[in-house]
Amino acid sequence: MNRGKIFTNGLFKENPTFVLLLGMCPTLGVTTSAINGLGMGLATTFVLLLSNITISSLKKLIPDTVRIPAFIVLIASFVTVVDLLMQAYLPDLHAKLGLFIPLIVVNCIVLGRAEAFASKHGLLDSALDGLGMGFGFTLSLTVLGMVREFLGALSFFGHPIAPADGALVFVLAPGAFLALGFLLAIINTIKKKKQA
Amino acid sequence: MAALIVIIISTIFVNNIVFSQFLGICPFLGVSGKLSTATGMGAAVVFVITLATLITFLIYEYVLVPFNMQFLQTICYILVIAALVQMLEIILKKTSPSLYQALGIFLPLITTNCAVLGVSIMVIQQSYNLAGALLFAFFTAIGFALALIIFAGCREHLEMVDVPENMRGMPIALITAGILSLAFMGFAGLV
Repeated sequence: MNRGKIFTNGLFKENPTFVLLLGMCPTLGVTTSAINGLGMGLATTFVLLLSNITISSLKKLIPDTVRIPAFIVLIASFVTVVDLLMQAYLPDLHAKLGLFIPLIVVNCIVLGRAEAFASKHGLLDSALDGLGMGFGFTLSLTVLGMVREFLGALSFFGHPIAPADGALVFVLAPGAFLALGFLLAIINTIKKKKQA
Repeated sequence: MAALIVIIISTIFVNNIVFSQFLGICPFLGVSGKLSTATGMGAAVVFVITLATLITFLIYEYVLVPFNMQFLQTICYILVIAALVQMLEIILKKTSPSLYQALGIFLPLITTNCAVLGVSIMVIQQSYNLAGALLFAFFTAIGFALALIIFAGCREHLEMVDVPENMRGMPIALITAGILSLAFMGFAGLV
């Protein structure tokens, strides 16, 4: 697999949210607006990139039997770094994302890529894979956030489009499930059309 | 007594961990195909969340706070939870094979259930005392089990329905969850 393909793999073909259905909790929990989705996506990308790089460079040092606990400790350290950095420099976003920042530790995408990719591939490939998967996750969170924000509040990245109220339910909890459900159905339809 | 009832209703129904806080969505979508597995998973989660909250709460109060190391919370908690789940598996296997048979396969999955880590962090953020934290954790977990069991019941019926082709599988499951979540929003004014 060439390097460009490794990068775009996470963006479209194996998009973590829309295709692999991993990391559903932050996907549904923070996408009340496009900005929140983007922030959460970038925080996860940062953790993914750093954990992929370190795990791929330490893969010969970590004994196979204790690799999962070792990966989790590494990931948890990077999550703590992100948590503290965001608390210091982006306090507003940190307050909005709240509990979901420490919960990046248990996001299946991060551990999944560590186990499935970084522990078997070289440094540069793993870094590209981390970036690709991270951007794929960011892309889907931003799209879901945009859809929910548009339907729920008739605005685009915080800028009102029309002087009217949206269907508030899309910003509330049920809207997350409904919006993602319909988005997945639309993606299925597009895929079927492409195959035919 | 009144305070207890408020905690019970608000954690199980009003702030249901799945439908209004989006924690534990992965097992919620993953193991809700059959009612019997959903019940097993629900029971295992109730057990682990309550125990994990007890242990992480004590560690936070008596180790992290006295040494001023609260920033290690995330690392510390995830290690405790992972170790606890492993230990439970070994202990259950030795002492109660029947319970192990029922819960065993679900235990490893629980380490990556964000509801466990989420609840342990939440009780610290909302500054409960020990008894409050345990009650909160137990009933939040009951709320998770309830959501899982209701959803599994719905999905068993969905199997027999003629769903449009492009909506089959995950899309229709998510939309069902959305409608269930709408129903749970009806409890919002209760407390």
